[in-house]
Amino acid sequence: MLPIVALSVSGIALLFLGFQKSRVLLLPAALLLLVIALAANFYDWNKTYLYFNNMLRTDNLSMVFTAIVLGSAFMVIALSSQFIEDEESQPAEYYGIIMFSLVGAVMMIGFENLIMLFVGVEALSIAMYVLTGSDKRNLRSNEAALKYFLMGAFTTGILLFGMALIYGATGSFTLAGIAAYTANPQAGLSLLLYAGLLMLLIGLLFKVSAAPFHFWTPDVYDGAPTIFTAFMSTVVKTAGFAALFKLLSVSFNGVYNFWWVMLAVMAALTLVIGNVTAVYQNSFKRMMAYSSISHAGYLLIGLAALGAQSEQAIVFYSLAYSVATISAFGVLILVAQQRPVQTLTSGGVLGNNFDDFNGLARQNPLLGLAMTVSMLSLAGIPLTAGFWGKFYIFSTAVERGQIWLLVVAVLMSAVGIYYYFRVIIAMYFRDGATESIRVSPVYQYVLVAAIAITIGLGVAPGLLQGLF
Amino acid sequence: MNTLILIFFPVVAALLIALAKGQRSREAALIAALIELAFVVVICVQFRPDASSQFDFDYAWIGSLGIRFSGGIDGISILLVLLSGIAVPLIILSTFNRTYSRTSQFYALILFMQAAMIGAFTARDGFLFYFSFEVALIPIYFLAAMWGGENRVAVTLKFFVYTIFGSLFMLLAFVYLYYQTPLVDGHHTSAIADFYQLNLTPAAQTWLFWAFFVAFAIKMPVFPFHTWQPDTYVESPTPATMLLAGVMLKMGVYGLIRFILPIVPLGVETWGKTAIILAVIGIIWGSIIAIRQRDMKRLIAYSSFSHVGLMAAGVFSQTETGMQGALIQMLAHGVNVIGMFFVADIIFSRTQTRQLDQLGGITRNTPKLTVYFMIILLGSVALPLTNGFIGEFLLLHGVYTYNSYIGLAAGFTIIFGAVYMLRMFQKSMFGPATARTKNFTDLTLSESLVFVPLVIMVFWMGIYPQTFLKLTEPAVVNLMKYIGTTVVSLK
Repeated sequence: MLPIVALSVSGIALLFLGFQKSRVLLLPAALLLLVIALAANFYDWNKTYLYFNNMLRTDNLSMVFTAIVLGSAFMVIALSSQFIEDEESQPAEYYGIIMFSLVGAVMMIGFENLIMLFVGVEALSIAMYVLTGSDKRNLRSNEAALKYFLMGAFTTGILLFGMALIYGATGSFTLAGIAAYTANPQAGLSLLLYAGLLMLLIGLLFKVSAAPFHFWTPDVYDGAPTIFTAFMSTVVKTAGFAALFKLLSVSFNGVYNFWWVMLAVMAALTLVIGNVTAVYQNSFKRMMAYSSISHAGYLLIGLAALGAQSEQAIVFYSLAYSVATISAFGVLILVAQQRPVQTLTSGGVLGNNFDDFNGLARQNPLLGLAMTVSMLSLAGIPLTAGFWGKFYIFSTAVERGQIWLLVVAVLMSAVGIYYYFRVIIAMYFRDGATESIRVSPVYQYVLVAAIAITIGLGVAPGLLQGLF
Repeated sequence: MNTLILIFFPVVAALLIALAKGQRSREAALIAALIELAFVVVICVQFRPDASSQFDFDYAWIGSLGIRFSGGIDGISILLVLLSGIAVPLIILSTFNRTYSRTSQFYALILFMQAAMIGAFTARDGFLFYFSFEVALIPIYFLAAMWGGENRVAVTLKFFVYTIFGSLFMLLAFVYLYYQTPLVDGHHTSAIADFYQLNLTPAAQTWLFWAFFVAFAIKMPVFPFHTWQPDTYVESPTPATMLLAGVMLKMGVYGLIRFILPIVPLGVETWGKTAIILAVIGIIWGSIIAIRQRDMKRLIAYSSFSHVGLMAAGVFSQTETGMQGALIQMLAHGVNVIGMFFVADIIFSRTQTRQLDQLGGITRNTPKLTVYFMIILLGSVALPLTNGFIGEFLLLHGVYTYNSYIGLAAGFTIIFGAVYMLRMFQKSMFGPATARTKNFTDLTLSESLVFVPLVIMVFWMGIYPQTFLKLTEPAVVNLMKYIGTTVVSLK
């Protein structure tokens, strides 16, 4: 509960700070408030509490997920200095909305009651619709926001419908109540429960962009300002998977046999669609959108093979994925700013394609290294955190004996290397623009931190084990 | 003395060289590699020739999962550690007449590669082996793709994707084995020794066999997984090719001995013959293509493909001689192939061509090069009293014991090897000088310094192989005994 309070107050405080003419204070203030929220989060470490009439629970797992979400937000905000420089933008509002969206994320992570889950999903989603369209002079940003909003609103309906059906079957909105009902599937469960679970899953899987509910992802990720794409693809995904994990492991473990095949098939589908489509992208940002879909696929394996290792697998994977994604988008922001787009990508859309990265590593070794480490981590190559993420995910599936799913995952990992390496190849082995890109100190700190986290966890994955 | 030093010293040296970005990174790298060699030699001298693992280290890595950072050197690893120790300083020395752009990164990557390879050869935990096996790809990829030839980008990407793809199946195999181990303190274990103790069903052994085999077969490479190899060898800069052919491919052979034979003996019994036949096809296939090559580097690449096929066949013969032969041949082949690629590099750097029909008559001006080239070449064609003879003889003996027809087919390697090697020597060194070769100058001091240790190794291993065989023998005997008893007990 403490982070919810801290974040809500921070959001309002930042809005008021926006009345000031000078924008200098905004960024440091936002970062400071996030640090306070992060510290408040760990205040309850090793204790379990229920808040808001037993609707929200804080335990170590929820605190770890919250920490990942807040840490990602911290890195994203640290990279957002372009707002301060852009006259037309409204940084105070953006930071305020980010804080409110984080409240939603924390609720999704800690919910103990489906109502709380719904409030969390909506708080996060509505904030995202606004942020997606925040570049109001850009047609594509507007289009993306509208698309996201329409489809999101539609799935919200499905989500609510599912909750209602589950209530009809179990007579309860609480996780414990539902778990008690599903604990004994032999007794014969109401069909409403299955229908409700299905709709509930569809609603949440839409948010994490799992196939076949991924169609919004490329356009929205591409159209949104890059900084918010970074936010969306990390915070929303982590919160979404935390919610799915909690829901399935606590309430629906009893009907595992009903949903695992569905999730496994969707995982395979998501992996194939995400990876294969990513290969054909020329725009880096769209490639990252499809890569984000494919990572939803790996995380789904961790859910489909729900077991003792799943928790660790999902936490580790989310962390590795978030850090790598943010640092990749950070480099993209710099490249997009200082190497303005000249080329049309295949879809006739303006965007930074891989050629814009040509020769980057020679002029800016730090950017090259940060991007390389991120790409290796996303591709799951050893020495990076992403490898252990994949390792944990694969372990869960081996434990459950879902070998066919792993064969798909292995094939798709090999495909993944192909498109992640396109950036590395462009940066190191091709010649490009000769002027180097100016990297502000904040960017340097964030990128160095991302490299350190990725390599650190890649060499010593045991560092995190105190958290479980 | 501890194996950990062997792994971390090159890493530290690589980091220092990369960060210092000094003018003298080449010399610094050579000194670092020589210090590493000194460590290796000390370890080889102190090594007790018995079946135990020595100079061990063992730390918790992922404690909650029972995955440990542990390693050591036994009779199976020792020659490969020695090979890694000898190869890297020679490879660095071989670059002294060349300048590579971004020098500090170049040498840092070579040292980093050495650390990863020694990590793989000494790992005693399955996941540590996998980790090192894969990490080694990163430096070699950048070495090949940053400093390679024209077509390097596409070729190295194929190499990278191909190898990672193969080894992901090995990862699945390791994870599966991990879950088969009994629970200790609430978690499974991933020590290789624990994998040896498992009672796996024949069905599991079959798929584990193929999961491992594909990973190692791509690495070595064994027919039909070799298509990445010739292009990668040709496009890579020569030091990277030497690392690939001289040391890295041995990871595959090592993997066969360390993992496939003892962990899935029933799988080997069922599928070993298929594997041997593939390996022998590779021997003949590689030789025939090598005979027809015009490009020296490509010819050596195919010859290496052919030689490694014999090693794989020897291992799968499951005989003591075959295994001993594979171990000593790995060292011998490493020495020879580094020498051969160096010769090709010297000729290329002086004439700007590797095409045999544009060469000839080099021997007139170059007594030193001729002699060294000849000695290494004779080692490659397995002439008695050279290192190749010992290895190939033992290997062929092993394969022949396993099945005389297959042994006979594998024996063609000696005839074919002599044909393509001598043809290469004749076309490049003898005959009338061409426009490109008439001003050919003999070896410089640094070049000679590379050849001298190689030539010493060729004769030492050929005349007195006991020095090396006695290091490996107890471990091999132990392993064979172990495999024998497991197969009997599983039946």
